[in-house]
Amino acid sequence: MILKMKKEDLSAFLESAKEWGELWGPTRKGDKVAFEKVDALSQMDLKATRTIIPPKKFLYPPRFTMFDFDDGGYVERTGEVPNRILFGIHPCDTHGIQTMDKMFLEEYKDPYYAERREKTLLLGHSCIPDEKCMCSATDTEFIAEGFDLFFTDLKMFYLVWVGSSRGHDLVQMRPELFNRDIGKDDIINYTEYRSWKSSQFTSKVDFTGMPDIFELGYNSPVWDELAEKCLSCGQCTMVCPTCNCYNVVDEVELGTIDGTRDRFWDSCMFREYSVVAGGHNFRDRRADRLKLWYTHKLQAYIGEFGEPACVGCGRCVATCPVDINVVSVSKALKEQEVGK
Amino acid sequence: MKRLCVVVDDREVEENPYKPEMWRIVRRYPLTSDVNFFQMRAVDVDDLLKMDYRPGQFIMGSVLGEGEAPFSISSTPSRPGLMEFCIRKVGTLTESLFGLKENQTIGLRGPYGNGFPIEKMEGKDIMIIAGGLGVASLRSLLLYVLDNRDKFGNLVYLHGARTPGEMLFREEFMQLKERDDLNCLLTVDKDDTGQWTEREGVVTNLFKELGPVDAKNTYVAVCGPPVMYKYVIQQLVGLNIPKHQILMTLERRMKCGVGKCGHCAIEYLYTCMDGPVFTYWDVLHMKEIIGKGVSDNVIA
Repeated sequence: MILKMKKEDLSAFLESAKEWGELWGPTRKGDKVAFEKVDALSQMDLKATRTIIPPKKFLYPPRFTMFDFDDGGYVERTGEVPNRILFGIHPCDTHGIQTMDKMFLEEYKDPYYAERREKTLLLGHSCIPDEKCMCSATDTEFIAEGFDLFFTDLKMFYLVWVGSSRGHDLVQMRPELFNRDIGKDDIINYTEYRSWKSSQFTSKVDFTGMPDIFELGYNSPVWDELAEKCLSCGQCTMVCPTCNCYNVVDEVELGTIDGTRDRFWDSCMFREYSVVAGGHNFRDRRADRLKLWYTHKLQAYIGEFGEPACVGCGRCVATCPVDINVVSVSKALKEQEVGK
Repeated sequence: MKRLCVVVDDREVEENPYKPEMWRIVRRYPLTSDVNFFQMRAVDVDDLLKMDYRPGQFIMGSVLGEGEAPFSISSTPSRPGLMEFCIRKVGTLTESLFGLKENQTIGLRGPYGNGFPIEKMEGKDIMIIAGGLGVASLRSLLLYVLDNRDKFGNLVYLHGARTPGEMLFREEFMQLKERDDLNCLLTVDKDDTGQWTEREGVVTNLFKELGPVDAKNTYVAVCGPPVMYKYVIQQLVGLNIPKHQILMTLERRMKCGVGKCGHCAIEYLYTCMDGPVFTYWDVLHMKEIIGKGVSDNVIA
């Protein structure tokens, strides 16, 4: 279902939506952008390209308590999550959330993720690519599902995709702000918008053939050269919308056996990531850890699901302090040479 | 507050897959200087019934305040009521576990992993090759086959240990030698007691005693220390055992056991969900393992 909305009505619509839960959106912080809780549309920056951390942090917080325990056993900690409306989610991040859904909501459903997913509305918004965006190469530049509502900015008005029955409920809160009068001009407008957006990409990255190139380059010295530069800081994994790895530790209150079992983001770039009891490390070398991440994103995932685990958001490009990212790594593997 | 309809039914959460249930240590005794045998029984009988496992699967075990780790199951589902584990003291969690007494509780959840492909193995000759702590998961398979003896063909059990004192379940396996429905061959690298009545030498030496092997009709399960794999696999390939009928168990770091935490990933496979039992044919496709030689990365 696609509806039409006057641009000036968005503010009133979000005001009404706040009845359901907290409103969060992209806000500017210096030269960066982050999802923050806001009171009104005016506090958001809808022109911003990418937030530092993807919206996965709402569905899967960087650190939280899974269980409280004492000598009687483990008691699940849930029910502390507020209703949230995330406004301004871009197609790449919506694709990222779909990848997370696949990971957490299929076999052995994760109750913590499911609870937050249940209490979060995803209101998407169209975006204009910058030089780091490469969603055209990962086929994630547009999105057809996975959101509750999606707003495409066509200058004079919004086209609003209704992607879920909850999204529909939200529309029903202010039905007078939406209409179905979509005419010839609107269709032409939308077609032009799509070609215009597609023409805005400057990134030349091309992931076709990557599975074979990874296979062929598995023992390439390029990996060691990249490892020379890598700081193992793990920022690439923190900002990646499809990175889901986590660690679990028990925290005990001093002098008791009561405590909490906490879960927090882990990174396969960290040295301890693959250490087993007794001290053996399956990926002691930095090159092996880099290879694991890139093989997972651009080869293994394609083998399993037919698409890369990269949604083209460009965050690794924007974040890595030493220019190791999906663009530079795939280029280095193809050309068998590390740039710069 | 305005109410919206819920998302969809399939997001309803029935139970928390990460929640450990409490199990009581019924019996615990040392098998060697650093390996203990644990028998466990669920505090709540429902949890016992839910623990419907197959040989080759593992559980996630928790010690209060010390975290959680994967453990192979050493008992067989054909003898329900108690679960058994054979655990080596190697880290802080197992150290705490060894500090617990009988009748104290720990947390268990599972079973997880694929386990051995029992249905495919039925009707076939079975060869089980254990080295060191590898017996932890293979004992489950061995006892299962013995308990369902008429469903399988010939049964060979090969077991190697460093010394007689380090051979896990030594008495149990010595008794198996009395049976005429399996060929049980035990060996130690070095007899430091002077009283060892069985073979001396590496486990691959035992292959000489096997007699004719119906390779196409044989499933082999191997589990042992890294160095053992390379030589055992060479022998098995030499015998023409099909690569997809050679089963090996891999060990990896795990924080969830259910395909979420990422630690046990090997390319697109998760050791916890796609394994821990892999065929030699699977392993040949794991570049990360093959690149370093099968022996370096495959552990019990």
